[in-house]
Amino acid sequence: MSDMITVPLHAVAHGRTGDKGNRANISLIPYVAAAYPLLQEQVTPERVLQLFRHKGATDVKRYDLPNLTAMNFVIDNALEGGVNSALSQDLHGKTLSFMLLGEVEVTVPKSCIPAGSRYL
Amino acid sequence: MTVYIGSGAGFAGDRLDAGIPVVETLKHKDGPRYLIFEVMGERTLAIAQRIKMRKPELGYSPYLEPYLRNVLAACKEHGITIVTNLGNANPLGGAKRTYELAAELGIEGLRVAVVLGDDLLSFMDADEIADLPTVEGISIDGKEIIAANAYLGARPVADAIKLGVDVVLVGRTTDAALVLGPLIHEYGWGLEDWDLLAQGTLAGHLLECGGQVTGGYFCDPGFKDVPGMDELGFPIGEIEADGTVTITKADNTGGLVNRATVTEQMLYEVHDPSAYLTPDVTLDISNVSLADDGKDRIRVTGARGAPPPKTLKVTVSADGGWLGESEMIYAGPNALARARLAADIVRTRVTGHGVSEPVRVEIVGTGAVYDNDASDRERAKNMPMDGEYRLRAAVRSLDKATAQYVNDEVLSLFCSGPAGGGGYRCNITGQVNTASVLVPRGPVEEQAIAREVEPS
Repeated sequence: MSDMITVPLHAVAHGRTGDKGNRANISLIPYVAAAYPLLQEQVTPERVLQLFRHKGATDVKRYDLPNLTAMNFVIDNALEGGVNSALSQDLHGKTLSFMLLGEVEVTVPKSCIPAGSRYL
Repeated sequence: MTVYIGSGAGFAGDRLDAGIPVVETLKHKDGPRYLIFEVMGERTLAIAQRIKMRKPELGYSPYLEPYLRNVLAACKEHGITIVTNLGNANPLGGAKRTYELAAELGIEGLRVAVVLGDDLLSFMDADEIADLPTVEGISIDGKEIIAANAYLGARPVADAIKLGVDVVLVGRTTDAALVLGPLIHEYGWGLEDWDLLAQGTLAGHLLECGGQVTGGYFCDPGFKDVPGMDELGFPIGEIEADGTVTITKADNTGGLVNRATVTEQMLYEVHDPSAYLTPDVTLDISNVSLADDGKDRIRVTGARGAPPPKTLKVTVSADGGWLGESEMIYAGPNALARARLAADIVRTRVTGHGVSEPVRVEIVGTGAVYDNDASDRERAKNMPMDGEYRLRAAVRSLDKATAQYVNDEVLSLFCSGPAGGGGYRCNITGQVNTASVLVPRGPVEEQAIAREVEPS
């Protein structure tokens, strides 16, 4: 298994945050479709909840869209009250997708990372 | 037949000139053509309503004139219908301003219609609104309501287009209604053509944020590269009678359209992908397929529709007091230690002064935006002591003096704080709080009307 590599999600996938009230959604889309089942296995709602718990997150649901090789995480109460009451610089939580990409690590074959990536 | 719908803006503040290449592209197309501007956020109406209270002729979007000025003459000349929520809290006032602009630009025979009826305060009293069930946001009980607007669907937008006008100005509709309205008008989609309405709503969802589907808010250099972002091409949707949607972009522009850009935007602000609720249809995107259709062209099919909810969502806004923010920067050797001392001083001072509201004191440069109000992560981390760190304090208060006081504590660090602080910045901004409530459809939809406005 020497071709396996442990990297931040950012090496393998991209995503975008949206917000509604105090609920955020983060999409997660692998660059290489072969990574999709590995992400389904490794990026569990529990791990994502753990990541955002210090901000007050109470629940994470993951919706899988295999047709789009994408998943959608819906995170309750991760926005410190959202635009109504947050004191963060980023009231909408728009930066949170890159927190997920940067701080959750996955173990994947090197072939799941686009050629020329600085993670290789 | 193909219906072509381009986007000129995805939020109030989007590039003023983005619509020009879209119009340039649309004018060479054969078929019904539309240009949308989507400029409303949740707080927009409250701000617009406040302006309207001071000056009743205002309350339409301050962006109406700058956006329309760039495209109005060309759209009129080439028969491209403009559909937009630039009407904000006062579509009638916006219509009047549009006619003035047309006169100034020498455009003859322009016709403008408006959609009215989203403003609950015009036909319900505040107590009735306060009694509606809240699904999200603040409790509005006992607060003075600044604005309460229902999200109308695409039907009144289609009715307005049917009047044969050049410009349709709406207030609060769903963003997607700006796209679905034209499609209902052109193709005569029925009230229960759920899958067609779903495809049309999905087209709207993909187009409503402008450049977010063409490489804007997407580029991550070295990972997701996007060419020519300084001239980002805004999107154009090509929609067939069977609902097939092709997303492409304005000719001779930067940006790109591929599966990745479309997928990111498709999931933007979506929760359960099988049940995206709108007044027109419950959209299910879980079986949507994307197909490459040439350079910068993605074909989107497979959205499913189901009946919409029996209620409409209403955004209710109330006064949210003040947000005070202040910053000071520390750089060079031992900067983090100096910034941390500054933070501790401010925390101790505001507590001693008896400020009861939560005050966030954080250090930008330590991952503050990922941290919480207590800076728990920053305290646990071993960051380099040398570098560049920016102290930031933030407080919300109903009392403006409290916001000012916290800002002043950061300011006073100049002479009473650690060495080498500089670059003090502060602001105090008025806040609007919102809640989402649900209202039965019937009585509200009876109020929703489309009508042409005569030039005065």
